[in-house]
Amino acid sequence: MTEKSKRMTYLDALGLAQREELEGRDDTIIIGEDIALYAAGGAYGDIHPSRIRSAPISECGFAGMAVGAAITGLRPIVDLTIANFIYLAADPIINQAARLRYMTGGQFKVPVTYRASMWHGQANAAQHSDRPYPMFMNIPGLKIVCPATPEDAKGLLKAAIRDDDPVIVFEDNDLWGKKGDVPLDTEFVVPIGKAKTHRAGSDVSIISISGCLRHALKAADALATEGIHADVIDLRTLLPLDNDAILGTLARTGRVVIVDPAHRTMGAAAEIAAIIVEDGFDMLRKPVKRVVTPDVPIPFSPPMEAPLYPNPEKIAAAVRELM
Amino acid sequence: MQNDVQSEAYLRMLKIRGFEQAVTRLVTEGEVPGAVHTSIGQEAAIVGACMALKLDDYISGTHRSHGHPIGKGADLKPLMAEILGKATGICKGRGGSMHFTDKSVGSIGESAIVGGGIPIATGAALTAQVRNSGQVALTFFGDGASNEGVLAECLNMAAVWKLPIIFFCENNGYAAVTSAAASHGQPDIAKRGEGYGVPGVIVDGQDFAAVHAVTEAAVARARRGDGPTLIEAKTYRFDEHCVGLFIKGGYRPAEEIDHFRNERDPVTLLRNSLLADGMSERAVVEIEAQAAGLIEEAVAFAKESPFPDPQEAFELVHANPIPIRR
Ligand SMILES: Cc1ncc(C[n+]2csc(CCOP(=O)(O)OP(=O)(O)O)c2C)c(N)n1
Repeated sequence: MTEKSKRMTYLDALGLAQREELEGRDDTIIIGEDIALYAAGGAYGDIHPSRIRSAPISECGFAGMAVGAAITGLRPIVDLTIANFIYLAADPIINQAARLRYMTGGQFKVPVTYRASMWHGQANAAQHSDRPYPMFMNIPGLKIVCPATPEDAKGLLKAAIRDDDPVIVFEDNDLWGKKGDVPLDTEFVVPIGKAKTHRAGSDVSIISISGCLRHALKAADALATEGIHADVIDLRTLLPLDNDAILGTLARTGRVVIVDPAHRTMGAAAEIAAIIVEDGFDMLRKPVKRVVTPDVPIPFSPPMEAPLYPNPEKIAAAVRELM
Repeated sequence: MQNDVQSEAYLRMLKIRGFEQAVTRLVTEGEVPGAVHTSIGQEAAIVGACMALKLDDYISGTHRSHGHPIGKGADLKPLMAEILGKATGICKGRGGSMHFTDKSVGSIGESAIVGGGIPIATGAALTAQVRNSGQVALTFFGDGASNEGVLAECLNMAAVWKLPIIFFCENNGYAAVTSAAASHGQPDIAKRGEGYGVPGVIVDGQDFAAVHAVTEAAVARARRGDGPTLIEAKTYRFDEHCVGLFIKGGYRPAEEIDHFRNERDPVTLLRNSLLADGMSERAVVEIEAQAAGLIEEAVAFAKESPFPDPQEAFELVHANPIPIRR
């Protein structure tokens, strides 16, 4: 019997997704810096070099070329590596990819995938430690996913590559080395737009984004020993948000803590809180709480950096305040 | 040069000119929402470039967007309807004057982000290369846009990868109201190719035959797999940057404008050359009447067409629709 799944790292899962898609269809290409030798997730020396494009350092140029390639029939994957570099590619992603379908009256589809890895918590300072998805959530026409497990990393990246719209995959670099079981089925995809419940509970909802999931689960373990049962959901997709899942967990518990590694102001957590207040106010037993990163540029020195992010202790403390 | 190429070129140039004159009239009649930029004066550069391409070759362009798809052979009716924001518009009323796009003639998008169309066409050239389709891409941009960094990035990548692309600068001497002299350390855009290993060619943008010939050579080079060419057509825009824009004080000498209008009008120059080549006055007038008829038809079609239902604003955001909160 062939294996159905295999234990592997989040990074290997991304690499597997990419390889399967590159091998499965000859319209899929990958562009990025240093791709030929060590693309995040593996090199692809045996795939036709025409589809493996190690680009010069030209983020705006190749992010824009991917749009042109997408509307003329390819399915480009753009590896922007460190998420901060996405700012240099903001114009083609925002002004072109996100709205060409709309502005041309539907003459084109834009099946391009942008990969951006959020390297934070590793003493890389403010220019290499951002979690920029909230800015892109304000751009109609995009889709945004944030996988939190190796299984979702594979399934969501594959869904992104197969999607006919521009999708940004924000990877959590803290997770790259973490292992989990990953389905080996080449048709396995995780649907874009659906959250996942990781733990059922009736006292409080912990709504988690990206790598915060593992902190949320740890906090839930600790809280369980105190008799507090948390419902833990991972959103997985930030654009579109799974409103049903957000309101569903609220209905089960009446108390919500949102855990989001991005900055506080205008963040994803703020939008989720607004949805809860607009559509679920009557179900709320207590005010919504956010565990997020404060509005400071990320400092270099580890003892300054580490305490800024959400962690299990902060999540558990926020929950206790609601009980 | 074959006579039928010249007469087709004359028709297309007249279509651009007549279309834009009609649009200008519609602006003054208050019928046109938004900003309108005309390329009157630049027709030979546009048509010379477009006619060196095949129908399935790709073009991308700029905010001065009307001429490019027309030069590539687009039907005028959906273009005119788009200008008026009608449901029958080529972009279903979502693009307008600055964003003409007509997939059916290989026009893959005009961008009101100055320089924005450059990587798009470079990417289309990448598609052509990956698929080995034999197609080429051509991107139109202005002298102003040539100062955007993305041009440098794309020239370099196209050179490294020998992409089948032509970078085509319509240098009309001004970026809005700033002269090229005031914004380039070195005035010949074509020379910028050299630093990236891309041959640069300067051509008289008022001369259809000259533009057509250099573009044909660049297209042949691209199709052979020898990579990109940077063409700079020295041209001139006769009217203001934007229809209705009034710049006090003036930034262009009146004699300069007069000189181009009177001595260097590409439409007149091509007309003279057709007559010199032996075409009869009657045949020339027939082409002129044909163009006028097409424009009249387009204006009538656009005026009669309905506006889109406002609810349609919520459609076409995504290929796989997602719920949109209102
Ligand atoms: C990125 C960007 N910056 C500024 C503008 C505003 N703008 C619109 S047209 C224009 C001048 C462009 O000059 P050029 O590229 O030479 O084209 P031309 O108008 O001469 O055809 C400017 C500055 C813009 N649309 N996009």
